[in-house]
Amino acid sequence: MLDNINFTEKKATRDGFGDGLLELGKQDDSVIALTADLLGSLKMGDFKDAFPDRFIQVGIAEANMMGIAAGLATAGKIPFTGTFANFSTGRVYDQIRQSIAYSDKNVKICASHAGLTLGEDGATHQILEDIGMMKMLPGMVVINPCDYNQTKAATIAIGKHHGPAYLRFGRPKWPIFTPADQKFEIGKALLLAEGTDVSIFATGHLVWTAVEAAKALAAQGVSCEVINIHTIKPLDEEAILASVSKTKCVVSAEEHQRNGGLGDSIAQLLARKMPCPMEYVAVNDQFGESGTSMELLEKYGLGKNDVIAAVNKVLKRK
Amino acid sequence: MADIQKLKDIAQQVRRDILRQVHQVASGHPGGSLGCADFFTALYFEIMDHDPAFNMEGKGEDVFFLSNGHISPVWYSVLARSGYFEVAELATFRKLNSRLQGHPATEEGLPGIRVASGSLGQGLSVAIGVALAKKMDGDDKLVYVLTGDGELQEGQIWEAVLFANHNKVDNMIVTVDWNGQQIDGANKDVLTLGDLPAKWESFGWEVLHTDGNDMEKMLATFAAAKALTGKGKPIVILMKTEMGAGVDFMMGTHKWHGSAPNDEQLAEALSQLPETLGDYPL
Repeated sequence: MLDNINFTEKKATRDGFGDGLLELGKQDDSVIALTADLLGSLKMGDFKDAFPDRFIQVGIAEANMMGIAAGLATAGKIPFTGTFANFSTGRVYDQIRQSIAYSDKNVKICASHAGLTLGEDGATHQILEDIGMMKMLPGMVVINPCDYNQTKAATIAIGKHHGPAYLRFGRPKWPIFTPADQKFEIGKALLLAEGTDVSIFATGHLVWTAVEAAKALAAQGVSCEVINIHTIKPLDEEAILASVSKTKCVVSAEEHQRNGGLGDSIAQLLARKMPCPMEYVAVNDQFGESGTSMELLEKYGLGKNDVIAAVNKVLKRK
Repeated sequence: MADIQKLKDIAQQVRRDILRQVHQVASGHPGGSLGCADFFTALYFEIMDHDPAFNMEGKGEDVFFLSNGHISPVWYSVLARSGYFEVAELATFRKLNSRLQGHPATEEGLPGIRVASGSLGQGLSVAIGVALAKKMDGDDKLVYVLTGDGELQEGQIWEAVLFANHNKVDNMIVTVDWNGQQIDGANKDVLTLGDLPAKWESFGWEVLHTDGNDMEKMLATFAAAKALTGKGKPIVILMKTEMGAGVDFMMGTHKWHGSAPNDEQLAEALSQLPETLGDYPL
């Protein structure tokens, strides 16, 4: 299975969002797009051109954008807000909490430039806490797709799901390795490679990193099961437990703080249902800095070699 | 013509409801609620075209948003008295398993509430979202929203004020409860609002003034405001009210912003406001 996972093209996940939004806009005229002065960065230009009457430029006023989105949803629209992940979450947490989550508004919070791979802009913009903040809100769906195709599919899927959702994606060009026609089911993990020695649960950009690591480990005789957890909440507990019952050890991989991330959710599940050795590939209580995407992933312990090291470490603890 | 005496009678009963709600649970915000009793009565019994059968989307009817959610007792009373739910349910205010939460919420499904409020500064943005949706849908009904004056210290309000001007949100009437008070004291002592009319005007809004404790004046102002809708400018009514209006010892102070009367104070207050529509049972 692993050998068949390859790529011929790289494209940013945010492009998948832009293209998914356009397609969804064609399917459903209640879809409204809003941005806070980041139209180009969020790749919302095609939607704006196709549906100018359903596009709202809010200006640099994210709190107001979240409130307006809540109002649009109240009146039966399906608003998609678009700004950087930092300004989509921490900056407007209370607006999301009260006007969207607690009020059960059908708002789709779409967040680009998440994590370290934002790169040169530095730590002010490299949010690594957003998954944690958003998954703590009751009723919030949290999705971090892994490539262009999956982000496009996830964008369409959240538009068809009723309820608040957080969709997290990124800035850099990234390998496209999932099929364009792959079905996206919210809360349903995708098995990328079967294995017997260790379960690697990855989300977002690090799914590809996990695939690369698993290929290298296979050459050393280690059989990795690689599972793409695109939906952090609701977590696919069944898929995780089914894999762990076979491998008996876990590595999680994500472009996020260890606190509050995917690994955190998995550890909670395992503590309750199936305790076993686990290692995390995540940022550990640090802010990022300026640099290229790949430099930062390496420096902060989110590279292919870090996944390999985590697997070797967890295997020794079995 | 509006039956002014009838509206005044309703407002008087609403004031009794406010006092009895907060007294029963020894918590809540009577001051601002009493100050706005006439406004809410006018809005729900005269000004708005609304349907107590309640549907969330509010298509084809006027809708109201309360941004300063802490004055929930007055809203609950008026919603009940205008048929959104049984008046008897007011006895559950702020109690466990109630739909009448301390601050308004949608989670328990209370008819009339479309978004949670309480954390200040958010309601105007939400109201704008509904106003935009009404325009998209060709729905010519209006959106009403009330904010506190202290609440104008929140930055999000001014984001929304800029937006409404730029985007010509002219199907919405904003009212500011300008009682000059907030929890820690007078606005001017806590954080001055400066020249409030000039601020709104300079942001491009149509600014009207009214006395929120004078039913006739208020109805006239809202009629004038309605006549200004659809002309490309957002509309705000700066509404002077007296915190605690209707109960002599609660007026002219911020003391009753967030504290409830005790048994004796309740009896004294209710003696100043005889029953008009019948009290709800406790």
